Amino acid sequence: MSAVLSGLLAGALGPFEFGFMRRALVGCLALSVSAPPIGVFLMLRRMSLMSEAMSHAILPGAAAGFLVAGLSLPAMTLGGLVAGLVVALLAGLVTRVTALREDASLAAFYLISLAGGVLLVSLRGSQIDLLHILFGSVLALDDAALWLLGGISTLTLFALAVLYRPLVMECVDPLFLRTVSRAGGPAHYAFLGLVVVNLVAGFQALGTLLAVGLMLLPAITARFWAADLGGLIGASVLFGALASVAGLVLSYHLDLPSGPAIVLVAGFVYLVSMLAGPRGGLLRRLVRPRHLEA
Amino acid sequence: MSGGLHPPAPGALRLAGLTLGYDRHPAVHHLDGTIPAGDLLALVGPNGAGKSTLLKGLVGEIPCLEGAVLRGVPREAVAYLPQADEIDRSFPLSVLDLVGMGLWRWAGPWRSLGRRRGRVLEALAAVGLSGFEERGIGTLSGGQFQRALFARLILQDAAVILLDEPFTGIDARTLQDLLALIARWHGQGRTVVAALHDLDQVRAHFPSTLLLAREPVAWGPTRQVLTAANLARAARLSEAWDENAAVCARGPAGEAGHHHHGSGPTLVHGGQDHHDHAHHGHGHRHGDAA
Repeated sequence: MSAVLSGLLAGALGPFEFGFMRRALVGCLALSVSAPPIGVFLMLRRMSLMSEAMSHAILPGAAAGFLVAGLSLPAMTLGGLVAGLVVALLAGLVTRVTALREDASLAAFYLISLAGGVLLVSLRGSQIDLLHILFGSVLALDDAALWLLGGISTLTLFALAVLYRPLVMECVDPLFLRTVSRAGGPAHYAFLGLVVVNLVAGFQALGTLLAVGLMLLPAITARFWAADLGGLIGASVLFGALASVAGLVLSYHLDLPSGPAIVLVAGFVYLVSMLAGPRGGLLRRLVRPRHLEA
Repeated sequence: MSGGLHPPAPGALRLAGLTLGYDRHPAVHHLDGTIPAGDLLALVGPNGAGKSTLLKGLVGEIPCLEGAVLRGVPREAVAYLPQADEIDRSFPLSVLDLVGMGLWRWAGPWRSLGRRRGRVLEALAAVGLSGFEERGIGTLSGGQFQRALFARLILQDAAVILLDEPFTGIDARTLQDLLALIARWHGQGRTVVAALHDLDQVRAHFPSTLLLAREPVAWGPTRQVLTAANLARAARLSEAWDENAAVCARGPAGEAGHHHHGSGPTLVHGGQDHHDHAHHGHGHRHGDAA
């Protein structure tokens, strides 16, 4: 029995003998601390798909950086950051000054942005480069990338702590917040900024397409386990970390690409939670305990 | 020449040639007058008369097409209960946290609400929601939710309170409780403006009334405003939306705003302190026009 356990343990820890796996783990854990809480707010604001759109919007910036400097982390990060923030701001601005709703204006801008990005990448470079940008390189994180991930994670946690109350009020009752304070607008834009920053961070590790996965899947999964906001955020971080570790281990043993492995584990945890989660899970709905007296 | 653009007395609201609307179509037209501090004013009129629009304008939620709202208090000291709230009731938030939002002016974004927990519980008790503090807002019934919103209003401790049809879908007992709460606010000297439909309720509980039909029809003591003649005129005046309406020929606030003889308001200068000194010129010239 203990042999089986120690074998499992060795299997789980073995991959992390290697430096590149340890780096990948640190990077993914940093991301797991910051991206899922952002995802919780996105989900609660019914903006889940907005992060998907934003992740596409980042592409042309990263591509522009790639065109200028090749596969250079700072250039691609900066480009992605600028493109993401510009699209987020433009979409917000168009929403405030015209009759268009935010999701529609965002869709318009990210489609323009995505097409531009694909065009830019195909101007130079091969299919492999495009795949690299789309699916990331978690096994090739250098020091600079780790600093970036850690920095973004720290920044996100501080910003969420500072913005927490206005952000919650803006989610629950934006009209009320407008009547008592002008903090709603700045809080909203700061939050959009955090979304972009975290997607850029995720794009380092997982690529633009899968960055959204680590942001949203743990958050949506948490909905089946926790009832209040604090619980949701805590659970989402836990699920994010779980998916990161399990995904990396699996990708090592089964020789799978690590980005998709992490997101697929997160997806698997979501499916299991959907079935077995105590809050609105499928099994719970089928087997109902008798109602209370009052 | 007009009542002047200096702010009215603390707690009062002055409407100076106020026109509010959407897409240039006015929903409230050239409204002049002062809601004195401590007034308990009912806003009455047919559907589409501009009651909600006026309240939104008073709180600053929509911009004025013309004219201005002058508040005798900072904008943040005006509490507003909208008719169709934008509250996301599926959000995982407790009743305590929802009601605690009313403390924003004191707490701001960072101060802990822990020290004022007693106040929040008191406010909940005042609206009959003791014991509900840990419940999620999604589990409340419509009436209970309205009570919670009134508890939040209590905590806001505002000098001016605007209520947009606060009793829609409310049972009789809740209604009595909320009316008693409003009477208490009135007793504390707060200015309360409520858009209402039930005229008997208005007659029984609201000393003054503004009868609105996109223009003020009558404004003054409730008994003198809610006459059959005025109500009939209000019904006639609430005309349909005209997509091709001409540009309004009346000048900006305070200039030509008083020349609309045809449909001018009946200002009832009863025992009401309706035009306090700050408002003098205004009310009288309006009386002349009518």
